Amino acid sequence: MRDTFDFDGTAVPFVDGQTVGAALVAAGIRSWRTTRRAGRPRGLFCGIGVCFDCLVTVDGRPNERACLLAAVPDMDVRTQDGTGHGQF
Amino acid sequence: MRSADVVVVGAGVVGAACAWYAARAGLSVTVVERGSVASGTTSAGEGNLLVSDKEPGPELDLAVLSGRLWRDDIAAAMGADIEYETKGGLVVAADQAALDALVTFAEEQRRSGVDAIPVAAADLSSYEPHISTGLAGGAFYPQDAQVQPMLAAAHLARSARELGADVRTGVAVTGFLRDGDRVTGVRTSRGDVPAGAVINAAGTWGGEVAGLAGVALPILPRRGFVLVTEPLPPLIRHKVYSAAYVANVASDDADLQTSAVVEGTPSGTVLIGASRERVGFDRSFAVPVLRKLAAQAVQLFPVLAGTAVMRAYRGFRPYCPDHLPVIGPDPRVPGLVHACGHEGAGIGLAAATGHVVAQHLTGRRQDLDLEPFRPERFG
Repeated sequence: MRDTFDFDGTAVPFVDGQTVGAALVAAGIRSWRTTRRAGRPRGLFCGIGVCFDCLVTVDGRPNERACLLAAVPDMDVRTQDGTGHGQF
Repeated sequence: MRSADVVVVGAGVVGAACAWYAARAGLSVTVVERGSVASGTTSAGEGNLLVSDKEPGPELDLAVLSGRLWRDDIAAAMGADIEYETKGGLVVAADQAALDALVTFAEEQRRSGVDAIPVAAADLSSYEPHISTGLAGGAFYPQDAQVQPMLAAAHLARSARELGADVRTGVAVTGFLRDGDRVTGVRTSRGDVPAGAVINAAGTWGGEVAGLAGVALPILPRRGFVLVTEPLPPLIRHKVYSAAYVANVASDDADLQTSAVVEGTPSGTVLIGASRERVGFDRSFAVPVLRKLAAQAVQLFPVLAGTAVMRAYRGFRPYCPDHLPVIGPDPRVPGLVHACGHEGAGIGLAAATGHVVAQHLTGRRQDLDLEPFRPERFG
């Protein structure tokens, strides 16, 4: 049985060493963030940690790069709106 | 390349401002830049247009004039393009001794045309809702402003081109054209550019350019780091820094000095400066310096402890032994005019520098006495 992490309440499977971004795309999920001003959808773009487009909130930490972060069983991955910080 | 009334060496914010003011005055201008626009000192700064951090004297007079010119000339022409913000600066004191020194300092500055409003400890949070508690008080400086420095240099250069200037990037100056003592243009990697006058706006490398003309100019690099946080919701309204920063700027100590200067940007990132250390042109990243800056910023704004730093950058502030820039004609080499050595204040001082250099080139009366900035003062 494959490991899974939680994405907005859905179990997403991954194989050992796969990144959160790769696992999301493999599960057919292509966007997991909205932009700060226009609220446009974003997912993987460069895929190598440079463009900061694939940001996602993981275990309460916003702005994690899904393309670099290795998936871990039961991690809590959530769609990020804007800065991911709400309002201070 | 075509001949010009004036050739500007360097397309940082100072060179671009010189080109813009000269072109506005009706001069034909060629700019030569060995890298790209804003690729040297300018891109390593924060975009501070500050009067608050300067002690009374020639640099403060230049800063007050420059602040007015940024507003009335440059921002009036391109303010929205360069993220010009008249946000004001809030200087805070950690304890009573620092506050007493700040109050005295602000009183002296007022006589030089600086507006400084005392802020009681209890009122700091009305300026900055997230400021740390337990500070002794502060002062608010409404004249302090901010631009995005690379946009400022780029739009000044673009606007100079629209006025007829020829801006050449990827062109390195290799020497000077001479007629006896006088310089009559520059030699470059792409050919000679004859000109009536040459402006040395090479920032940290201004000493090297002067050297090509056979004169000494003691401009040296002082390394500074800036941290950039992840984009955040609106958090910090003004330029906020600790009163200790002023002492660091004026310090002659070669060792590391840090004091947090914190500000938000229109893109949501928060910039955290400012360190100063004399390590030559060593471009390596000093993690202990970055850590210290971050800790000092958290002292000012505890909420930053829960945010991530996305990146850091560094550059070399061009400083002279007396911490004043070099502005004006070089009597040792007729035809050579310097506009460099502004240390960490080059963005702020660029407008007045361009303005007075253009006044000199067109033979008009200077708005400011350039005697304290004369290039031959170092003996």
